[in-house]
Amino acid sequence: MKTNDVILQTTTKLIFFIIILFSIHIFFAGHYAPGGGFVGGLLTASGIVLLLLAYDIKTVSTALPINYTVMTAIGLLVALATAAGSIIFNVPFFTHAFDYFDLPLLGKQSLHTAMLFDTGVYLVVVGVTMTIIQSIGADD
Amino acid sequence: MMTNLLLFPIIIPFFFAMILMLFPKKIYAQRVGALLALGSTLIASVTLLYKVKTDGIQAITLGSWPAPFGISMVSDMLSILLVLSSTVIAIFVVWYSFSSIGKARESFFYYPGILFMLTGVNGAFTTGDIFNMFVFFEVLLMSSYLLIVLGGEKVQLRESIKYILVNVISSALFVITVAYLYSVVGTLNMADISVKIAQINQPGIITVIAVLFLLVFGLKGAIFPLFFWLPSSYAAPPIPVLALFGALLTKVGVYAIMRTYTLFFTLDQSFTHELLMILSILTIVAGCIGALAYFDVKKIIIYNIIIAVGVILFGASQMNEASLMGSVFYLIHDILIKGALFLLIGVIIAITGTSDLRKMGGLIRSYPMLGWTYLIAAFGLAGIPPLSGFVGKLLIVQGGFEAENLWGSIFILASSLVVLLSVMRIFIYAFWGEPVEITLLTKKHYRGLFTPALVLVGISVLYGVGSEWLVPYMNDAANVMINPSQYIQAVLGGS
Amino acid sequence: MEIVMCFVIGFLFMAAVYLMLSKSLLRIIIGTGLLSHGAHLLILTMGGLDGSSPPVVSPGVTDYADPLPQALILTAIVISFGVTAFFLVLAYRSYQELGTDNMNLMRGTEDDD
Repeated sequence: MKTNDVILQTTTKLIFFIIILFSIHIFFAGHYAPGGGFVGGLLTASGIVLLLLAYDIKTVSTALPINYTVMTAIGLLVALATAAGSIIFNVPFFTHAFDYFDLPLLGKQSLHTAMLFDTGVYLVVVGVTMTIIQSIGADD
Repeated sequence: MMTNLLLFPIIIPFFFAMILMLFPKKIYAQRVGALLALGSTLIASVTLLYKVKTDGIQAITLGSWPAPFGISMVSDMLSILLVLSSTVIAIFVVWYSFSSIGKARESFFYYPGILFMLTGVNGAFTTGDIFNMFVFFEVLLMSSYLLIVLGGEKVQLRESIKYILVNVISSALFVITVAYLYSVVGTLNMADISVKIAQINQPGIITVIAVLFLLVFGLKGAIFPLFFWLPSSYAAPPIPVLALFGALLTKVGVYAIMRTYTLFFTLDQSFTHELLMILSILTIVAGCIGALAYFDVKKIIIYNIIIAVGVILFGASQMNEASLMGSVFYLIHDILIKGALFLLIGVIIAITGTSDLRKMGGLIRSYPMLGWTYLIAAFGLAGIPPLSGFVGKLLIVQGGFEAENLWGSIFILASSLVVLLSVMRIFIYAFWGEPVEITLLTKKHYRGLFTPALVLVGISVLYGVGSEWLVPYMNDAANVMINPSQYIQAVLGGS
Repeated sequence: MEIVMCFVIGFLFMAAVYLMLSKSLLRIIIGTGLLSHGAHLLILTMGGLDGSSPPVVSPGVTDYADPLPQALILTAIVISFGVTAFFLVLAYRSYQELGTDNMNLMRGTEDDD
């Protein structure tokens, strides 16, 4: 059955970027407020799923040529590497560190190693969610 | 020395599993990577064993939080011995897999699956936090789901649905039980729970929680009324996976029961430990019936897992020095010997092409070495001195007599005979009698299958012969269970 | 409040057991989902339902909700999310392979003959 997707596709082109921006906002907000890598990752994944709904798997995979399994593995590696950094300093695993820096444009900000860990979580969540969606939807 | 040493047996397999996920199709690199990972895990475990032996219990609280608030990881003698033997089994299973599991599975995350599972198993043995134990259980279960369906044969799909369903329900029960425990004691740190349980003095609620924990871990560890799912699920996947599951997964449940029943639930022993004892004897009986009832080699050995679980838990339920030491002895013996037996019957199945005993026969002519190795492993399983099962069973029975549970001890002794009978049936049917038509394996393939099994049997023989030398280690392990105060002190410091 | 929650949890468990005892695989999976929801709600209830103290600490707040049950629930939700997703994929695959989603037809029969 051929359906007319013009409205969905046009809206998606707009909405997709708003979702991605919002997910990045949520991801960074997780530093001191509700949010973080997990929610941000789910939002990004939902943006990509919207693309999948509006177009089809082939189009999306040419637009975003990402191997999601590799993405999951890299995310796990980033998370583990952050946690394992503490091994070098001979403090208990998962011990985080932070300090304040004066960044150009942004002013005084605190940079925290938990951020790196959250980046790993973000990648894992996007990778796992998309792997699941793809493996269910691959036969259509 | 390094503070994080006790985490290495968990981190190393995890790290290598992620690396191996990046290039699933390069089979040769996968094999090398898996062996490298397991080799370094083994080195880390041996170093840790030495450190625990010389410096006592190792504990660390993640993220530099103070002890009862952060997640504690604790490595005492019991857990490091189990970590070490799990790693050894994983090495042999991987070695055996090279020539048996097949390229299709190898290129679909088989080795990462094994490594993730080892991460979960080692983590569950090491953790000192009850909710973290749930998380590690889930890690090992998720990887076991992958391993059990890998290949996607019809039997595997059908059985894995039941396997997953049972485990999802038991995980939900685990969460519920932890929630109850948290509402009563207000902490998740196992050492702290032990202290708080003694303080609050609410035996009724604690006993309910103890029985719920028995239910949760009993589902994983296959005790009497809850073992129904195990035989058919374990028979579905290929032999190396079966060996890994049979040697390790139920033992994690057994370890969890031993840990919780010696650390938390020591107040109302006349109820909880009595219940554990009755269930363990019923487990032995049920396992014996199953082991004699089937003509399928896989099923016979699988039911022997259930018997072993019963024997170990009987030892744990007696709560005296001899029986607990016997339990630890028997636990590690069973990990080694079950791994060896599954690999051996894997060789038999590969030669005859069937797992039905009635269609086998006369293998001793073409494969004498295999026959005699199997016989030694079978004697070891039944506990014939000086092989590995003997010391453990002797100590458990001695502990049973000391606690004046004559009937239980007699059941253990009688079960040895049934075990011997059940494994000798395999020997008689498969190796004696009229030779049947078999396709001879190529020399290289046969050697690839048989060598790991042979070496593993050799290790189990050494474990039995050298048990005198192992006594100090086992003594330390049993000591922690008898005097949990050492464990508590190592985690919470001072006080 | 706790009493109401107890009934809700009990109802969730009841529905979960009912669904898991049915023959259709899809209903069983939905049942496991409900079971884990019930378990998560139970953690929340067991952590104490105060309701007045804020969950997020901001400057000036001294009395805040116990963060541990929330952390436990988040962990448990993530895990059950993963398991349910895996279970759904497996159900779909086995429906293709075995041609049925009726558990009665999925009994182990190969070794009985």
